[in-house]
This record gives sequence, structure tokens and C-alpha cells, in this order.
Amino acid sequence: MSAAVRLIAHMEIKGEHVTKGMRMEGLRRVGAPDALMESYFSQGADELLFTDIVASLYDRRQLLALLEIASRRIFVPVTAGGGVRSMDDFHALLQAGADKVSINTQALRTPDLIGLAARTFGSQCVIVSIQAKKRGDHYEAYVDHARQPTGKDAVAWAMEAENRGAGELLVTAIDQDGVGRGPDLDLLQRMALAVKIPVIAAGGVRGGADIAAIVERTGLDAVAMARALHLDGQTLSAIKAALEARGIATRPADLAGEPS
Amino acid sequence: MSIAVGVIDMGTSNLASVLRGLQAAGLEPTLLRRPWVDGAFGRVVLPGVGTFKAGMEALTRMGLIDPIRRHVQAGRPLLGICLGAQLLMERGTEFGDHAGLGLIPGTVLRLPETPGRRIPHVGWSAIEPDAPWDETLLSSLAAGAFVYFTHSFACVPDAPSHRLAHFTFGPHRAAAAVAVGSATGLQFHPELSSRTGLDILRRLGQF
Repeated sequence: MSAAVRLIAHMEIKGEHVTKGMRMEGLRRVGAPDALMESYFSQGADELLFTDIVASLYDRRQLLALLEIASRRIFVPVTAGGGVRSMDDFHALLQAGADKVSINTQALRTPDLIGLAARTFGSQCVIVSIQAKKRGDHYEAYVDHARQPTGKDAVAWAMEAENRGAGELLVTAIDQDGVGRGPDLDLLQRMALAVKIPVIAAGGVRGGADIAAIVERTGLDAVAMARALHLDGQTLSAIKAALEARGIATRPADLAGEPS
Repeated sequence: MSIAVGVIDMGTSNLASVLRGLQAAGLEPTLLRRPWVDGAFGRVVLPGVGTFKAGMEALTRMGLIDPIRRHVQAGRPLLGICLGAQLLMERGTEFGDHAGLGLIPGTVLRLPETPGRRIPHVGWSAIEPDAPWDETLLSSLAAGAFVYFTHSFACVPDAPSHRLAHFTFGPHRAAAAVAVGSATGLQFHPELSSRTGLDILRRLGQF
């Protein structure tokens, strides 16, 4: 294997804090974003993901300030999202230092935004975030930080987002989010089969064993983690060691950021 | 003491990361949007994302095709990153056939459909040498170093000796780095490749 599984540290930002909820509700503060981003980068995070969970309600100055810091200190890809409504929002986040932008609510309201952003900034920087909730034998896409059902089938929406030019999908199982019970492999399997673009698995990933299950069962090779890193004492270096022990390739830590 | 580097501004979406990466590597970037005086910059970076056709149109519009060619003909280092690496080739095949800068003989082709591998290729892959890395921008890297890629197309030089490094994509080997003379193209993103990438940018300052 010459490709490494991609471990993404997800920080949900509310004001000056990184927070974590359960099933995207009941937030608690878990730390300061600038300290956490440095910590995850030096542990060997392959990417960072910031979601401003109140951006659609207030303004996004906090997130832009964080991206400025990240662009100077973090030399792995940084994705920013949360309340992205327009091409101006894309531009502001990229200008501040994001490498990719994730969109959810507005992509479902005005799907043309996906193609417009992909044509303008390149599809590599457009991540469509899909928050999926199980409904009988299918999954429904939710918006507004998992508060609003859309009536849209999450897998059909994934295929549409791919066709419209999304470069990657971030698929979060709402019911698994922040509850520490493991990922929804059924949802991830359906998404893996439905699209050809990369899919980032999110929601409930606890550590090496869960990531190995995702890789082995679905073939996906990108995982976003929040609670496991913020609250459950897992480190990215320990997770990578556990994966290597199972024969799953990871990117070795390279004393990130320190000049040689 | 910082080292001047010209960075061609094609409206690249992650230009901020490129500039910060160069600064972290001890270089002082100046954005280039119009022809520069020959020799004003000892080294030039051509970053880029988007389509091959749009990239060449942007360079044409800014009048930069000839200045880039003269820069390389004078033996000064040019570093193309991602789309910027692909533009060094003679021809691109994304949305039709398009002429490139023609600094490296060969074409740019879509990655082969490969079971178990998703396109675009996004993530960290190990790169291996096809030619010795001493005296190149990769000289500080060990074989098998992991770097960050995000792309659907890759350079296919006519001459195997123009491929400096490859990554494996299923059963295939695809170009991770191409080089002819003082022009080097990196399909991956050194500015997003942690210390490994910063080492490459730092090396650019030593050329």
C-alpha cells in the first residue's frame, strides 16, 4: 500500500471555543481552537476540519481569525465550513487560509452553488457535507446542523452532489455523532457504492478498530474524528500505531512544522 | 535573510497556503500578475488548480507564457505545483486537447480507472524515485516519503528520464514529479505536505 488512510481532526467551533455535542446537540466546551489545532497537527493529523456551528446565526469573524492562524502554523490541508451561503463566503474562507470549503445547508437549498464553486475554485476545494439520519430502510439528509429534515434521500443527494462537481463528500451519521458507539457502516457502505469521489466517514468513530472496520468493510480511506480526540483521550499517533499493527498504512509523523 | 521568489497569481484558490508555506520555508514571495523583467526573480513558482484550459488562458491573458519560457531557458528554477506542474507539459487532455507551456515533452492524461481507487486521488501517498533525487528539489526526501495529492489528471512525459518520482495508483505508476533542466513540476502540494513539503520549498531557496 502506498496510500495512507487519511485521519482528519474535526473541530466544531462556537465563538472562542471548540465544542462537542451528542447527535449534534447539547454542546460542551472542549478546548481552545488554536491550542487544539497545533496539538492535532503535531500528533500527525493528516488534515484539519473546522466547522463554525453558529456561523449561520451570527458572524464568522472567529473562524476567519482561526484560519489566519492555521495558514501560518498548520501545513496540512485545512477545510472550513459552517453556514457557507454564497460564493463570497467561499472566497472569504479561502482567502483567510482554508484549502477547501464544506457546504451543507445552502447546497441543498441552491444546488447550483456546488457547480458554480467547483468551476470557480476547482472541485478539489468543494466538500459537500451530508448529515444523514436513518429512516426505516433509507437515510434522510438533514440541514442546519442536523436540526432540519429535508425529505431528500441522503444517498441520492450524494450522487447528485457528485454529478454537480463536488470534489469530496463528508458523510456524518447523525445518530452516531458524539455518542461513542462506533460508526454507521451500513450508511458508509451505501455511500461508498453510490459515488466514485472520495467520501470522508464521520460520526461515532472511536479509534483504530472502528477505522479498520471502515477501511475493510467499505474501502473508504478517510475518516473525521472529533469526540474521540477531544474527550476520550485518543491521540492520532496512538490511532496510527493501532492501524499499522493491523496492516493499514498511515502517514508517519514527521515532527510536523519543525524545520529540519 | 529571506530569498525572493515570484509566485504567479492565476487566481488559485489556496494561494494563501502557498504563500505561507514559502514564508515558513524562509522565502519571500512576490505575486506576479504581469510580465516581469528577465532575471528579476531567481526562482518562480507556478501554483494552480482548476482546468488545464483555464490555466493556459490565464497565463496567456497575463502575457506570462514567454516570460516563463525565458526564465527556464536562462536556467532559473521554475516550480509548478499541481495544475502548475501539468501546464509544463506539451499538451493537456482535460475537456479537449490543449497546448501547454511545452517545457516538458509529453501529455497530461486522466488517472486510469482503477478498482478500489477513487478519482480524484485525494490524500497522502508515498513517492518513489524514478531518477536520482540528489541535486533536485527532492534531495532532502527519503524514498517512500508521504505527500498530499488532490488531482484527477497526471503528467505523462514522453521520456521516462523526465519522470523524477512516481506514486502507485492500484497497479499503475503515475508521475508525482517531473523535471527537465531547471523546470520541476510537482503533482502533489508541498505547501500542504507537512515538514516533508516545507523541506522541498526550503530547497527551492537554495537553488
